[in-house]
Amino acid sequence: MNKIFETPLYPYSRSADQDAEAPVRHPVVIVGAGPVGLAAAIDLAQQGVAVVVLDDNDKVSFGSRAICFAKRPLEILDRLGCGQEVVEKGVVWNLGKVFFRDRRVYDFNLLPEEGHRRPAFINLQQYYFEDFLVARAKQLAAEGAPIELRGGSRVSSVEDRGTHVALTVETPEGEYALEADYLLACDGAGSPVRSMMGLDFVGRVFEDNFLIADVRMEAEFPTERWFWFDPPFNKGQSALLHKQPDGVWRIDLQLGWDIDKEREKRPENVIPRLKAMLGEDVAFELEWISIYTFQCRRMEKFRHGRVIFAGDSAHQVSPFGARGANSGVQDTDNLGWKLRLVLEGKAPDSLLDSYDDERILGADENIMNSTRSTEFITPKSEISRIFRDAVLDLAEHHAFARPMVNSGRLSVPAIYDGSPLNSPDALPGGPARSRPGAPCPDLPLAEGYLLDRLGDRFVLMTVDCDAPERLEIDGIPVTRLALSARDDETGALRDRYLGEASAACYLIRPDQHVAARWDSYDEAAVTAALHRAIGKGEKA
Amino acid sequence: MTKLCLDPNIDRPDDAYADLMAAHEGLSKPESDALNARLILVLANHIGDRDVLRQALEVARGAQPAE
Ligand SMILES: Cc1cc2nc3c(=O)[nH]c(=O)nc-3n(C[C@H](O)[C@H](O)[C@H](O)COP(=O)(O)OP(=O)(O)OC[C@H]3O[C@@H](n4cnc5c(N)ncnc54)[C@H](O)[C@@H]3O)c2cc1C
Repeated sequence: MNKIFETPLYPYSRSADQDAEAPVRHPVVIVGAGPVGLAAAIDLAQQGVAVVVLDDNDKVSFGSRAICFAKRPLEILDRLGCGQEVVEKGVVWNLGKVFFRDRRVYDFNLLPEEGHRRPAFINLQQYYFEDFLVARAKQLAAEGAPIELRGGSRVSSVEDRGTHVALTVETPEGEYALEADYLLACDGAGSPVRSMMGLDFVGRVFEDNFLIADVRMEAEFPTERWFWFDPPFNKGQSALLHKQPDGVWRIDLQLGWDIDKEREKRPENVIPRLKAMLGEDVAFELEWISIYTFQCRRMEKFRHGRVIFAGDSAHQVSPFGARGANSGVQDTDNLGWKLRLVLEGKAPDSLLDSYDDERILGADENIMNSTRSTEFITPKSEISRIFRDAVLDLAEHHAFARPMVNSGRLSVPAIYDGSPLNSPDALPGGPARSRPGAPCPDLPLAEGYLLDRLGDRFVLMTVDCDAPERLEIDGIPVTRLALSARDDETGALRDRYLGEASAACYLIRPDQHVAARWDSYDEAAVTAALHRAIGKGEKA
Repeated sequence: MTKLCLDPNIDRPDDAYADLMAAHEGLSKPESDALNARLILVLANHIGDRDVLRQALEVARGAQPAE
């Protein structure tokens, strides 16, 4: 049994704030130390913004929950200083098999594009993911960064008073009051902060139950994702087998709606199911079992004055496609730099509204994709099942039907098309994948990778074009990164950033998204684009 | 945008119709439904143009042609 999720990592200890005469004001208070709250805290503290994280618990996520972490969140973790640990511990996989009834229908290889530091996906138990984030937060604190994790601290009231947020924190030693310039509600799908503020959370409930079991096996199953539609051992339903580190396997079995959850969860009922799936003679040990149902929904707005929602508190998706934690980490990536600039007085408060514009777009994309996967995996009408089965039948012999098989789609980052922070594309012939709003595609450089040279600040990336080494616009530094197609041995720079153009100049945001691009450097254009990117542009 | 062809376009329509009926002969209702679904997917892929497919869906849903 893995005990990592039973060990207190940031146990309650008394804070000076509890003995203060008047409520102490902090620039940012984060409610919730799940993957999202922790990522937000590290990001802000690294940028010099003081944060206090409050969690009623003091441990990592109980049981494994999320297992698939996609490339973009891993790149964000690189920026946060703990990507390497996470990737080294994780299992990298590219191969998968799809089964339909008693037949193996086809195999696939994700064939990730070359020239990226990070793989398309890794599998890692959520408790490890959180454990690395907690370790990174503690490391920052030890180095003197302004970050504090307070366990055993339950937030029981929140009130936006216009000039600040007032909150109450309950601890084993009684309650105390705190104030924050901004409060980030990263308190999960059941978000107590959302309820305290009487806010909506609407969407679609999927009437289905899934049994999730993490088992330890010595058996040599390959490092592949196996997905069964309507298998003999789980008739009419679906099943998934996926590898995690430490010889732990994730098994996910659809159970249907009318079931007795308590009964299904008992080992004497789970073990025969698993034997039917894995084979009678395969030895395994149950690490963790749970039954979950899910919903696809989001808040109408994520920003409510000085209270900002991120992660599951703001949006919830089905687990197919691994978008929950992945998209929550992307929320924080989007928010961190904006909050810093606003707190420093360098950008207007309205910059925070663009968090809504951009991350609602991301949430809607995720909800759409995971709803489609759910529809395919668990068809809810007769005709939907007929078409689903037809696709699977055809996929066995015909390549054309395979792309339609949807057992969960790779989670890819949203491109913020139409964001008010983007400037019009001014690089004729430039590749679509790096257009304004897009996250920068990674690239091998002579030394290291491109993304390690970007982030936390604005960068002017030039490809075979002149520009000043450093600019300062309204107190915001912009540093140049000069690249040349002459050093582009793999052709990736041309492919990802030049396209048909022979030179390019990119203004890149601190979250590594493209704000603007041109075919040459022009100071006035860069100044205007930076203004736009920090919310000072005229309203479109 | 390619316009969906709604004029007679199949040579010897009686034969084509008979082929369709023959394909379903002896099948149970669920087998026929499955065949129809596979047929739609095969044809949709052959057409390969989502604009044309959308127009076809409209017509199948009973829309009148826009003059
Ligand atoms: C079976 C399953 C499989 C999944 N698979 C994946 C996957 O493969 N990939 C993926 O990306 N996602 C996956 N997810 C989703 C993922 O687990 C969640 O999206 C993720 O945990 C959300 O993180 P969060 O930080 O927003 O919220 P949580 O992890 O829920 O954290 C919220 C925190 O807030 C604290 N809190 C709550 N209320 C208060 C309060 N009043 N005061 C103080 N603290 C409070 C809680 O103690 C908790 O620590 C899966 C989920 C499930 C159930």
